[in-house]
Amino acid sequence: MISNPIQVINVNKRFGDVQALGGVSLSVGKGEMFGLIGHNGAGKSTLFKLMLGLMPPSAGEVRIHGTLTSGRDFRQARRRIGYLPENFVTYDNLTGLEVLQLFADLKQVSRDECMPILERVGLADAAGRRVRGYSKGMRQRLGFAQVLLGNPDLIFLDEPTNGLDPEGIHDFYRILRDVQARGATVIITSHILAEIQERVDRLVILSSGRVAAEGTLAELRAKMVLPSVIELTLNPGHGQQLHGALAPMGLDMEIGEEQARIACPQAKKIAVLGAIGALNGAVRDIVVHEPSLEDLFFGYGGGHA
Amino acid sequence: MLSVDLAQVRIIAGKEFRDRIRNLWVLAVAVIFSLFALAIAYFGSAQQGSVGFRGIDVTIASLVSLVIYLVPLIALILGYDAIVGERERGSLELLMSMPITRFEILFGKYLGLALALAVSTVVGFGAGLLPMASQLGMNDLYHYIGFVLSAILMGMAFLSLSVLVSVLAADRMRASGLAIALWFFFVLIFDLLLTGALVVSQGNLGSAVFGTLLMLNPADVFRLLNIFSSEQVQTMYGLATVMPETLTDPMVLVAIMLGWIVTPFLIANWRFK
Repeated sequence: MISNPIQVINVNKRFGDVQALGGVSLSVGKGEMFGLIGHNGAGKSTLFKLMLGLMPPSAGEVRIHGTLTSGRDFRQARRRIGYLPENFVTYDNLTGLEVLQLFADLKQVSRDECMPILERVGLADAAGRRVRGYSKGMRQRLGFAQVLLGNPDLIFLDEPTNGLDPEGIHDFYRILRDVQARGATVIITSHILAEIQERVDRLVILSSGRVAAEGTLAELRAKMVLPSVIELTLNPGHGQQLHGALAPMGLDMEIGEEQARIACPQAKKIAVLGAIGALNGAVRDIVVHEPSLEDLFFGYGGGHA
Repeated sequence: MLSVDLAQVRIIAGKEFRDRIRNLWVLAVAVIFSLFALAIAYFGSAQQGSVGFRGIDVTIASLVSLVIYLVPLIALILGYDAIVGERERGSLELLMSMPITRFEILFGKYLGLALALAVSTVVGFGAGLLPMASQLGMNDLYHYIGFVLSAILMGMAFLSLSVLVSVLAADRMRASGLAIALWFFFVLIFDLLLTGALVVSQGNLGSAVFGTLLMLNPADVFRLLNIFSSEQVQTMYGLATVMPETLTDPMVLVAIMLGWIVTPFLIANWRFK
């Protein structure tokens, strides 16, 4: 699929003895909003750096618009890329406008674009002030402004809403929707899963340098092997009875004097609830927790489901 | 083959140069140089019991002894932060994601800093000699310009070394330590070692060996450049007689100095990851 703007093919990256990425493959289609989720150290930033050609892969290949990121031709492809690093740091001694003009020059984009973009991200009033005096949120807005230079058709955002207040996050996604509507491909990492969940078309969960899961949110939920958690409040002295009723089903259970907690695979849920219902008088209350995206994330990504 | 986009080099160089103008670095260094030039021109002969301008060759000879300490220090301080500073603060990553090669970043930074150093050197030493301008002939001026140019070349050689330090060092602390160590080595220790070697060998160190060893230090190349471009200065240094013929040719010395400018920079470019 040469038409896909981002293609990562069986990529390995080692730093000395440490394997940061092992056999990662993924492909992002044009106009897609793609989420990259993983714990710190899962390899998200390394993957970003490979996709931006900031370092070569140890094995495998990364192609952006069909061009190898480790090749010499890639510098031209960079003109069409906007990148916001996880910690956007820039030149404190320059004004916001000067910083943007510097990056406009480097991207060979007209300086006339700078003021309208600063207005768009809500920094027009601070354009003439030195970045030294900017708040964390203002810096992040400036970082986002430099992403928008030259109408990139490929946008990499590493934890982009870090440091933004709720209004800033709202503004940020509003602009991002406009950009996406124009046909740009966006790849985004975030640790705020609820935020990603509502916005991405597709996502990959990265765990210890490997793709643990990939697909749309619905596909991931369907593939989900996580159990529901059933919490029971027991009438005193009925623990043994509960244990007797459920033991044949081979469940993971913790049963105390008045509380019980049962990890119940989806396939057995109805049967288990039926068996509990049959225990007349033993159970005072019942709460069923369905696995959330957080659980999904930790189940795939962290191994502490 | 490596393709170089000079427009990108100019953008980076322009930023570095403007930064040094804006934070008054260029002005401060120019003022220091001009004060020293003025003081030495007037009081350089005070040890001989007189004050006042005593002629350009005496002034240059005194200035050389001063500049040989000062310029390497200033150049090393100017350049040690160039890469490691941006790496440590975190702005380098975004810069490298732009449509620019590592060579263009490094070369742009070097040129911008070299220009800042050159401007402050020319302005500083130019202004310092202004009060004596009416007493100078064309030949004097020619010698003085030669001295200023050689000071710039030496500055560029040490700037090249400091950019190498900036690429190699893991953090700014180590880079500054390394830069200061280089200054101690080339400006203070090197000549001591060489003198020591001469004494130990009881003068049997051949002039070819001795001369070649001097070429291993850009500060010594600078000193020799200023000795061998003026006959009058030559006579003030006994050293002049022990040098092999080829190393007394200013063009050869300039070529060696250019080597000192290019080589550390190329190693820095090779190691810049």
